[in-house]
Amino acid sequence: MSAAVSVAERIGALVPEMIVFGGSVVVSVTGLSPKRSVRAATPFLSVLTLVAALVALTKGWGGSTTAGLLLPGVGPFARGLILLMGVGGAALAAGLVDRRYEEAVARGAAAFDPIRVVRGEFFAFMLLSICGALLIPGSPDLIWLFLALELTSLPTYIMVAMSRGTRRAQEASVKYFFLGALSTAILVYGFALIYGSTGSLQLTEIRAAFAQQSAMGGIDAIGTIGLLLVTIALCFKLAAAPMHFYAPDVYEGAAAPVTGLLSFLPKMAGFSALLLVVDAAGWGGLANAGNGLPPALQATLWMVTVLTMTLGNVGALLQRSAKRMLAYSSIAHSGYMLMAIVAGPELGLPALLFYLLAYGVTNNAIFGALSGIERNGQEVEKVEDLAGLARRHPGAATWLAVGSASLMGMPPFLGFWAKLVLFIAVV
Amino acid sequence: MNPLGLIVLPVIGAAAAAFGPARWAKWTAFVASLAVFALSVVVAVQFPEWRTGNYWPNTNEGGALKAFGVSLLLGGDSVNMLLLLLTTFMMPLTLAGSFTAVTEREREYYGWFMLLEAALMLAFLSRDLILFYVGYEFTLVPMYFLISIWGGQQRRAAAIKFFIFTFMGSIFTLAAAIYVAARAADANGAWDFSIAGLTRFGSESLSNREQFWVFLGLMAGFAIKTPVFPVHTWLPLAHDQAPTGGSVILAAVLLKLGTYGVYRLALPMAPAGAVETATFFGVLGVLAILATAMICWVQTDAKKLIAYSSVSHMGFVVMGLFAFNPIGMQGSVMYMVCHGLSTGALFLCIGMMYERFHTKEMDAMSGLARHMPIWSTFMVIFTLASVGLPGLNGFVGEFLCLMGTFVAEHDQPAGYPGVMGPWFAVVAGVGLILGAMYLLLLLGKIVWGPLKVPGAHDDPHEHAHGDKGHGGLPRDLSFREIAILVPIAAACIGIGVYPKIMLDVTEPSAANALVAFPEKVNAWNAAHGKTAPAKVALQTEEVSR
Repeated sequence: MSAAVSVAERIGALVPEMIVFGGSVVVSVTGLSPKRSVRAATPFLSVLTLVAALVALTKGWGGSTTAGLLLPGVGPFARGLILLMGVGGAALAAGLVDRRYEEAVARGAAAFDPIRVVRGEFFAFMLLSICGALLIPGSPDLIWLFLALELTSLPTYIMVAMSRGTRRAQEASVKYFFLGALSTAILVYGFALIYGSTGSLQLTEIRAAFAQQSAMGGIDAIGTIGLLLVTIALCFKLAAAPMHFYAPDVYEGAAAPVTGLLSFLPKMAGFSALLLVVDAAGWGGLANAGNGLPPALQATLWMVTVLTMTLGNVGALLQRSAKRMLAYSSIAHSGYMLMAIVAGPELGLPALLFYLLAYGVTNNAIFGALSGIERNGQEVEKVEDLAGLARRHPGAATWLAVGSASLMGMPPFLGFWAKLVLFIAVV
Repeated sequence: MNPLGLIVLPVIGAAAAAFGPARWAKWTAFVASLAVFALSVVVAVQFPEWRTGNYWPNTNEGGALKAFGVSLLLGGDSVNMLLLLLTTFMMPLTLAGSFTAVTEREREYYGWFMLLEAALMLAFLSRDLILFYVGYEFTLVPMYFLISIWGGQQRRAAAIKFFIFTFMGSIFTLAAAIYVAARAADANGAWDFSIAGLTRFGSESLSNREQFWVFLGLMAGFAIKTPVFPVHTWLPLAHDQAPTGGSVILAAVLLKLGTYGVYRLALPMAPAGAVETATFFGVLGVLAILATAMICWVQTDAKKLIAYSSVSHMGFVVMGLFAFNPIGMQGSVMYMVCHGLSTGALFLCIGMMYERFHTKEMDAMSGLARHMPIWSTFMVIFTLASVGLPGLNGFVGEFLCLMGTFVAEHDQPAGYPGVMGPWFAVVAGVGLILGAMYLLLLLGKIVWGPLKVPGAHDDPHEHAHGDKGHGGLPRDLSFREIAILVPIAAACIGIGVYPKIMLDVTEPSAANALVAFPEKVNAWNAAHGKTAPAKVALQTEEVSR
């Protein structure tokens, strides 16, 4: 193995991740504090941690070695975006968990019992999940990639269950966990096959091996199957067809701030991982016609894209529940973003990254509005629950309207420009 | 001078109206819209370049927004300026017409209206396709809220139908435009969305088959907006349910976005596709004129009748556009402006009637000439203008559209062959008679005949105050209402008596739009066994684009 980059250098580049990880430890302790003010500070500490990580990232503390990485340009942008959206998510989730219990404690109706509070764990898990997503774009090998993906996913299963005290949230969490476990199994199997085909776990070496195979007449069957399995498994993270079935149930079951995080973080992680995988498979290279990917993978991506867009949009039309509708809309948006991968890296990569930014910002606005409404004691179930919102909550209504228009691709909002750039890339 | 001011000023007005004190909202918006009108007049007078077919300001500098080939390129030729002036002219009048009609959530109402004006300014001033699209699409948002908040009983259904119809169509328009831009980018090596560049590339470099699909794609959006006959179904509902001000602007200006798009984008960008589908759209135009005229005939609701008459009238515009000669083109531009004035005014009149009687049912009233003589006078003027009585504005546009269609034959020696010809004009001409019939029926039912005032018996208010109607309005028109209608009537009569002022300025623009056509039409006619004219004497002037 050509371990050109020493472990010390590799770790040096991970200062933001270490800050987030440290923050998650601190937060899990402060959430258990007997002092109410310390407990209440937990969300602020999470936000502070993420801001500190963001500063560390922009200042380039610890250096940023890119040797031995695929798509080194994506890393800083993707990590910055994840941290920014994380700040929004953590801020939205403030006051979400333990709300009733804390109120009871404040009134003196209940005594404080550390066993009964979960706020610290909730924010710790959120930071851990963000930490996992941060690790993905800079993965040098498949093991790292796998562990980072799992670190992103595992805490979210628990966050879904924790976010609301209802059975529905627990049901959603269990569904999410089992389907997630299934996709993980497929992912690992795919990784194993890729290793079998190329004889390496290093992404750069895998890319070289695949390039060699392509030049010799195409990637062999084992490698192709491995790539297909990995792609399908990552579709779960993207909420793309045929692995999208969990999304409506989970989105509906979780509380709005968690849903907001779920609709962005796993998608961002999934796309970061998918970019690495397709890049290793020769994305944008000259080995194959079109976008350079092996024909089987190209065909699969096409089918996934078309299916995802269609199922997402048609499914959204049929929904009565606001969150289920947003889930299907998020599925459809995954389809649009997959188009950028099909289009090839030259225009597709900037288009995809810009789309992720627009999608993340817009989604935060929408789920922020929904969280605000939920916090005021109203459950947003059906679309009809939002009727007359402009009178009750003019601010939330404005955000919701602007966010929806942007998701729709209405000019002059951000979503329109993202779609425009994406279509330009695809055409 | 930078035309950006015409877009920024309404935005400032919108913000001032929406966030200022509620009592002043209407005055803020009114004054702002007057200022926009004044600015547009100053621009039109001070920079006469637009009258010669050139663009004003005559620059190709893209401004700040030069990423992805999108540039902040603003300006207009005569057609842009006429539609711009129509918009700025109608806007203060419409706002003044809403003073007593809108009493709820005034700040939002006037804010949305000024935002709508800003979007319209952007659409009419953009020389960049994406910027045009932004303005074109953004008109949907204020209009959606205007209908769904201040509309009638079925306002939500109407607003959603309006939004979805137009939004769906314009996605195809955008796709077609991006296709042309992508082909141009392949050829030139860089993305550029300037309308002039794309027009030149589309008409010169795309194959006939590509132009066919591009044209259909562009028309998908514009035909729905115009609206062309079978996809017009959103319009009657939207008009009927919208508040008076919304109806006025919808009829007067928003529909013109569709025909303007055909004039500026669809025809010049894909001339071969236009020629290929001309007979199809010609037939649709005739159908629109005749079928909707008959639909008007059976309406019992005065506002719906006028809404359907819009569809019928836009049929003439479509025919004029697909005649492919300057007569038809100028006629259609003329008709866009004239329809904006007369139909907008008719909606204002119906709105004033509705404010007094709270009904639009024609059967509920008659003989209002005795009850409200001033209102009836205006109603007669605008109805006759809409019918196309010579001497009023509607006649000129209608006549030119029909004449353009009539001479659009394959063997025209004048230099502009067409694919339609006398038969289309003759059948459409029947529409003139039908139009006169249903509009005079409207007049006959509510203006003439024995006096019948709705609610005269069961409304003590009416008896107690004698001359006062509902909402503190006098029985006949108030000074404010007269002041709203007089300028429009003056414009109607002025254009009707002396249309030359408009025809002179639209001629070079029409010639510009038709540059590629004679050749494509001759080729199409030859392929369909019709001989080309013996001698093609092109009268195109040398004008820089």
